[in-house]
Amino acid sequence: MSLSTSILLTIALAPLAGCLLAGFLGKFIGRAGAHGATILGVGISCALSFYVLYQLTLGGAEAYNQNIYTWFQIGNLNASVGFLVDRLTAMMLVVVSFVSLLVHLYTIGYMADDDGYTRFFSYISLFTFSMFMLVMSNNFVQLFFGWEAVGLVSYLLIGFWYKRPTAIFANLKAFLVNRVGDFGFLLGIAAVLYFLHTLDYATAFGAAPGLLGRTLQITAGTQWDAATVICICLFVGAMGKSAQVPLHVWLPDSMEGPTPISALIHAATMVTAGIFMVARMSPLFEMSSTALSFVLVIGATTALFTGLIGIVQNDIKRVIAYSTLSQLGYMTVALGVSMYAGAVFHLMTHAFFKALLFLGAGSVIIAMHHEQDMRYMGGLRKYMPITWITMWIGSLALVAVPFTSGFYSKDAIIEAVGLSHRWGAHYAYFCVMAGALVTGLYTFRQMYLTFHGEERFTVLAQHGHGGHGHDDAHADHGHHEPGVLAHAPKESPWVVTVPLVLLAIPSLLVGFFSAGPVLFGNWFGSAIHVDPADNVLGELGQDFHGSLAMALHGFTQLPFLLVLVAFVSCTYIYVFNPAMAGKIKRALNPLWVVLDRKYWFDTVYFAVFAQGSVKLGRLLWQAGDKAAIDDVMVNGSVKLVHRIATSVRRLQSGYLYHYAFAMILGLILLLGGYWLMGSGHMGSVLAGQ
Amino acid sequence: MISLAHYIVLGAVLFCIAVAGLFINRKNVIVLLMSIELMLLAVNMNFVAFSRFLGDVSGQVFVFFILTVAAAEAAIGLAILVLLFRNRSTINIADIDSMKG
Repeated sequence: MSLSTSILLTIALAPLAGCLLAGFLGKFIGRAGAHGATILGVGISCALSFYVLYQLTLGGAEAYNQNIYTWFQIGNLNASVGFLVDRLTAMMLVVVSFVSLLVHLYTIGYMADDDGYTRFFSYISLFTFSMFMLVMSNNFVQLFFGWEAVGLVSYLLIGFWYKRPTAIFANLKAFLVNRVGDFGFLLGIAAVLYFLHTLDYATAFGAAPGLLGRTLQITAGTQWDAATVICICLFVGAMGKSAQVPLHVWLPDSMEGPTPISALIHAATMVTAGIFMVARMSPLFEMSSTALSFVLVIGATTALFTGLIGIVQNDIKRVIAYSTLSQLGYMTVALGVSMYAGAVFHLMTHAFFKALLFLGAGSVIIAMHHEQDMRYMGGLRKYMPITWITMWIGSLALVAVPFTSGFYSKDAIIEAVGLSHRWGAHYAYFCVMAGALVTGLYTFRQMYLTFHGEERFTVLAQHGHGGHGHDDAHADHGHHEPGVLAHAPKESPWVVTVPLVLLAIPSLLVGFFSAGPVLFGNWFGSAIHVDPADNVLGELGQDFHGSLAMALHGFTQLPFLLVLVAFVSCTYIYVFNPAMAGKIKRALNPLWVVLDRKYWFDTVYFAVFAQGSVKLGRLLWQAGDKAAIDDVMVNGSVKLVHRIATSVRRLQSGYLYHYAFAMILGLILLLGGYWLMGSGHMGSVLAGQ
Repeated sequence: MISLAHYIVLGAVLFCIAVAGLFINRKNVIVLLMSIELMLLAVNMNFVAFSRFLGDVSGQVFVFFILTVAAAEAAIGLAILVLLFRNRSTINIADIDSMKG
């Protein structure tokens, strides 16, 4: 039994159809038509994705790997559109389509008053299509197509409110930073083509052991291991897309986009494309321990240090954005210790609970009339109980409280790093362990500031349009008083809360039921290749005696104790002694400045790269364009002609006798020349006389 | 005995007088025309001399042609001169510089 091509094509193309309908015919089919068409498309994909997953796990279907269409052919390079669907792909399909479907639904509520309603639906359906193409690809070219397409949609959606200068800045920044990563990614693909002579996954991975001992001369006199070069280049691409230090700077700014896409693109799916890609390339990465150490160190740095920034943020979405960076760091660490299954597992659980947190934050933002600053929130739990409870579930999963899905994935990563002997593993172990404490601190701080404590906003008396719900903040509420609401916050409509509940369920339960098979049961089969010598997950699996035992064991472990410490201190600071937070901030002021400035990454990038580019551009403009081309070449030749003509025209006196004189003079010179050379006929005649 | 050289020198002297007439004359277009005629005559002198010297009649035939052309040229030149004077009321060469660049 095998998967049918038409089902897979339908999965990919249904969202595209929805996108085109909503995008080009949005004016005719209207708002309801636009969200109906796109939700139907994504719904079909979602149902079929679950069906594919079912077939691959319980139905006994073989992995599908076929080229469907030849895109182009250059020499021996054959670029096809083809699908490789194994369990790894199926898991991604389910995660992407499920979260995407819920986000579509949620958007109905969140974007209700926005002018760009149909445009938004068209974009997110286009994103879903692109992401499907990325995860289902069976070759590097299509992977790159999907990779760039999701980047494009991310750019479009960050700048969705294109009248806001900050949004334009953010989407430009995201686009440019991703170009840096994509440059490395392209080099990696080129290196794969150079060494393995193919861009097809199966062929390339089959030929990967042949990389052993091959080297590449990059600079004179140094030989680089081929596998290391390929993997580091590919990983640079993942660093851009998955926002790893030092290419992480675009992700926090991407929060300028509407909240649903923060949940879908910048938390659950697109930013995990890098993680997915590395897991997919596991046969290549296993060839190079150096590259994996690089991955490990980068991931560990991201996991700890971006989490720290989250503690000092006041914008509710930015806290979650930094949390996303930190969790992506955990996934990367898992990749770095050859624990690909763990990385993908954390990717899945993270997709659920992080999408939940973002959508919950969006719900809060709706209730607060598009106020995102937590300093003006507080005490919201009695206004919006569903959001409050579901966000607590998401937070518990994020901080990895045993039995939640986040626990199974994150705890496994921490333990696996502890077992790894790879270079950098000690540093990584420290980072992920400290990261557990940091995660607790920013998560509980955020929950307390938002939902608990006293209300730090005031509600104006009811007036005319009380039943209007939330206004379009981007146009009308642009310069309202912070912390002053026109009417009391209230629970969001069902299209917003239903996705929250539907995401809360897997956030709680999916880990408990799937940790055993996915992490320790070799569930991915041949999709992921791990060198037996580095198989920390297998080593960890020997101590695994069921999800229940793992959770109970988790209560006694250091990560949980760190979370408890974070919980107790946050509870004390934000519930019992609110003045304490300010005191701590003042006491640790230098540290606070470092975190508030985000380690000066943005400042340095802005000063060096952005200003540097501007200066370089200005230099080339002034010296190259204006001076060399305009002044010297264009105007210079004109001036030269003018100058020569001015002096030469003096000869043109207009007097006939001057011309005659010139003629005679010329004649005399000519004859004189002939005579001097003694070869002229006239000369010989005269000489003969 | 008058040799070829004497004739050629005479032609050269006539030519130089014509050239000098062209250069030195700053007043009158008629003198210019006359100088050109003189130049042609200098050439004719050479033609005749060489024709006689080489025993070839074609040189003297050329002289007739040149005389004819010179006559026509003088007629046209004088006609132009008349028109010029009618338009510009002067035949002073120093005033005729409309070709100045």
